[in-house]
Parts: sequence; C-alpha cells; structure tokens
Amino acid sequence: MNNTISRNNEQVKIPNKHIHKKRRFFKGKRGNIELFILTLPCLIYFFIWHYLPMGGLLLAFKDYKYNKGIFGSAWVGFKNFEFLFTSQDLFRIMRNTVSYAVAFIIIGNICAIAIALMLFEIKKRSRVKIYQTTMILPRFLSWVVVGYISYAILSPTQGVANQLLSFFGLEGVSWFSEPQYWPGIIIFSEVWKTVGINSIMYYAALMAIDPQLFEAAKIDGATRWQQIKNISIPSLMTLVTILMILAIGRIFRGDIGLFYQIPRDSGLLYSTTDIIDTYVYRGLRQGHFSMSTAVGMFQSVMGLTMVLFSNWIVKKRDPDRSLF
Amino acid sequence: MSVRRAKRVNYVTFINIFFVIFCLLLFVLPFLLVIAISFTDESALAEGYKLIPEKFSLEGYKVIFRNPTRLFNAYTVTTLQSFLGTFVGVLVMALCAYPLSRKSFKWRKPITFYVFFTMLFGGGLIPSYLLNTQYLNLRNNFWIYILPFMANAFYLIILRTFFQGISISLVEAAKIDGASELRTFFQIILPLSKPVLATISLLYLLDRWNDWFTSLVYITDDRLFSLQYLMQKVLRELEFIKQVASEGYNVVELDNFKPPSESMRFGMCIVAAGPMLLIFPFFQKYFVKGLTVGSIKG
Repeated sequence: MNNTISRNNEQVKIPNKHIHKKRRFFKGKRGNIELFILTLPCLIYFFIWHYLPMGGLLLAFKDYKYNKGIFGSAWVGFKNFEFLFTSQDLFRIMRNTVSYAVAFIIIGNICAIAIALMLFEIKKRSRVKIYQTTMILPRFLSWVVVGYISYAILSPTQGVANQLLSFFGLEGVSWFSEPQYWPGIIIFSEVWKTVGINSIMYYAALMAIDPQLFEAAKIDGATRWQQIKNISIPSLMTLVTILMILAIGRIFRGDIGLFYQIPRDSGLLYSTTDIIDTYVYRGLRQGHFSMSTAVGMFQSVMGLTMVLFSNWIVKKRDPDRSLF
Repeated sequence: MSVRRAKRVNYVTFINIFFVIFCLLLFVLPFLLVIAISFTDESALAEGYKLIPEKFSLEGYKVIFRNPTRLFNAYTVTTLQSFLGTFVGVLVMALCAYPLSRKSFKWRKPITFYVFFTMLFGGGLIPSYLLNTQYLNLRNNFWIYILPFMANAFYLIILRTFFQGISISLVEAAKIDGASELRTFFQIILPLSKPVLATISLLYLLDRWNDWFTSLVYITDDRLFSLQYLMQKVLRELEFIKQVASEGYNVVELDNFKPPSESMRFGMCIVAAGPMLLIFPFFQKYFVKGLTVGSIKG
C-alpha cells in the first residue's frame, strides 16, 4: 500500500528515483516488521497449543509410560493401529460418528429450510422476530443445561415422557438403559439446539432474493407453492451446498457436549451413543494414552482427507468458492 | 380477487398458529418445566415432574443459598474466565487479523496458512492434555481457562475478512499523517469494526461461559470449578446417591442422610443459566443482525 504511494511519486518525479527507491525499501520493511510484531502473540499461541500437540502424535507409535514421558517411552511402530483396526471399537465409534453427522446434515437442513420458508410467508416482521428469538434460545444454553432439561423429560421415575406414556396407558421406558431409542433422542436434541440459528441464516438468504421475481411469478399466476418450489428453494441451494460441504469436512468430529451430557456417559448406551470424541475422552480417563492418541490421529487424518475432498468438490463446482 | 385474498389470509394464519404451538411446545415448555420443578416441594416431586407445581416451595433455593461458597466460587471463576478470556482472545485475534488483511504485508500468505492449517489438522485431546499437564503445569490452575483459548482460526478469518472490507485509503491517510501501525489499528480500524467485534465477542463469550469440558479434564480442586461443571456434578452425583439408595441396602441410613433435594438440583440450573438468559434479549438483536449480514455477504 505504501508502495503505491511511492510508486506514484516515482512516476512523477523521475530525478528522485534513486532516493525514493531506498526510502521505499526501508519503509516497506519497517512496516512489515511492525505488522509482524502485531501477529506475534497469535503466532506463539498457535505454535504452543496447536503445533506442539501435533508433535505429540508421536505417541500413537509408542507405548506410553507415565514415568518415562513422551520421549522416553518405547517405540512400538504401528502396533497401536493394528490393535485398533482389529478391535470392534473402531467400527462402532466410526459408524456412530459418521452416521450422526450425516443425519444432522440432512435432517437439520430440511427442518431449518422448512422453518425459514414458513417464516418467509409471514409478512409481519414483529411476529417473525418473536418466533426467531424463541427458537434461537437453546443456542445460548450450555449442553449441561440441556442435559437438565432432557433429564426432566427422560428420567425413568419422574420424567415427563414416562408420565405421558402412562397417561396413554403405555408402559414406561427406562430411557437411560435402552440404546435403541437414542438415535432419535440425539438427533432431536441436536436439531432442537441448532435449528433456530440455521433457519435465521436461510431466512436471511430468502430476504436477499429479488422481490421482482416473486412479483413476476404472481402476475404469471403462480401459486404460493409454485413460487416456493421454483424461486425460493432453488435460490437457497447455493447456501445449502456451501454449508453441506463445510459439514462434510467435519464429518469425523462430534460435539462431545451432546454425546456426553445427554446420554450422561451411560455405559449401557455406548452401542448407539459412543462417538470418536467420547471414546478418546474415556481413553484419557482410563490412562490409555497411546491407544487414544492413535484414535485421535486417525480422526484427524480422516478429517483432513474429508476437508481436502470437499474442497475438491467445491473447486469443481465453483472455483471462486473453494477454501484454498 | 376478494376470494383469493381471503384464502391467503387463512393460509398465513395457519402458519402463524403452527409457529405459536411449535414454539410453545418445543421451546418454551421445557424451560417452564425446569423452573416449575425448582419451585416444587420435594414430596410432590417424588411422583413425577409437573409443569404446574402441586405444592409450591422455596426449599430448593434455600438449600442452595444456605451455604453458597461453592456456588459463589464457581460464579467468580466462570465470570472471570468468560470476560477475561473474551477480552484477551478478541484482542489477540484482532491484532493478528489486521496484518493478514493488509495486501502489502509481506508474510501475509505464509502466516494465513499457518493459522488456517490448525483448522484442518490437530494433535487431538491426548497430546494437548499431556502438554498442558506435564509440561505447562496447568492442571488445577486458573490459566487453563484462558491460555489454550486465546485464538480460534475460524473467528480470526471472519475478522480478517471484515478488516479487508475497510477502505485501504484510510490506512494510507493515517500513514501519511505519521501514525504507526499499532496506532492505525487502534484508532482507525478498531472503531470502524464494532459490528464484527461485537458478534465475535458474543460468540466467544458464549463459548467460554458455557464451557464445561475444561473443568472436567483439568480441574479437581473444587475452588476452581466452573459453573457449568459444578452444575453437571450436582445433576450427576445426586443421582448416584439415589441409585445407591434404590439398590436396596442402607435404606434406613439413607433416611438419616437426607440427600439434598430434587428441587435444589433444578434450582441450581436456574441460578446458573439465569445470567445468560437475562442478557440474551439484549444480545439477541446483535446476534441476529450479525448473522444476517454475515450470511448475505457469504
């Protein structure tokens, strides 16, 4: 930027070219150093808390002993991975992590889009605001608070769900020991917490559509439904694709708050609620450091692969939108 | 024409009714339920949680505030952690985002990649845990709530994108007047960036306030528990006591032991979640606006 200034000067005052070149060199350099100093705290932070742990991945190839430390522990090559790939655990936690992520993408998006489309039909802005405010509320609560709410509903003895069941003459369910109900509960909790904010995003995209399109459609005699089908939904598709691709990059990561707080870490439910992140946390608790590092490394490598893959898809569709 | 108009009104009314029921049922009732439980007498709760207290009682809150030291500690930790953490975090990120927004900055590309790469790949929980506990000595240390959360690549990139939108001629003008980069940043760039700073600060504050995992992993000293973790312990450990009771033995002894009541548990939830719900309406405006602007731009 200061180059531009001096470059302009350069063009005007040719005799001073030499002096200006010198000054530009100095100015540019000093500016760079000043700016670099501003980034320093951040660079140091990322080095310590993000790059050093990457080095810690060595642990996946070692047999970690607490008293020997990371560097003192013995190398075991790929043994941790071998063990992991032959155990049932990896298959279970991977299946859970990925299928929940996919379910969240599909069901979450459908719900958010449906709500946004309905909100868009309401012309009274004040009402839209009230509904949006109500639906965004869970975003402000921690998973612990959501855990309280879900417990008030699902508690086997006092919970509202079982009271309702018995009201209709049905048998109560001991929710915290029967894994088959949990895919539904988990997906519901996640959608409940995020649908408000996602629908606001889609609503904003709908607001950005040129109103003339709707006017023209109306004149041509299109019904509301036809307008939604042919104008609203197609114009949301760009946003849907972007969000979907970003979500694909995170497909091997799960929100530990959701999977730890709602099922309350109940061992009976692991078959349907255990994901990579909760598994690694348990490994930490039980002192299985090397094994859990191997799982974490697998997750990170798969995550990186998915990001590169989704970026590749974006690049094919629309090069300007790709991340890198 | 009039027929069509009437039809349209009906259909919007239908959607409105849907939303009123939908919001009440799914979003308002759960909160009312928790509030109701916290105000219900213990004896009535044994039969089940009810939306309308059968026997109103403040006993739960009395138990909480009889000995509030733990709660007070947790509040202090969480408040300090959230506000200090947000301040430090946003400052560090903004300081870094500004140079990255400047096209003339020589190391812009490598540093951007250095930051961005942390979004793609990481060491994971175990290596971070060993780093923090074995080498940095942060276990049971207040700084564990601040130091590992000083920056976030995603927020940093949002900040950078916003700064890029500020006209470069402002920076040039400041330069000509002899301002240093630091001065330009604080006196020109930051005042112009209020919307994005507000949005990022709110998101960060929310993340920090609601964090429970850090305490779970790194804290065993009960003076350093965060509010969320204390809440989790209250919810879980009373249940543990109850499980033991229901397993049959020592029932008689348990009568004497008198575990703190159910209503206290849920009272705790209200006390802890309260501040966020109170400031929510004030922030909500910026939140929705920030999101709307963000998504239209993106």
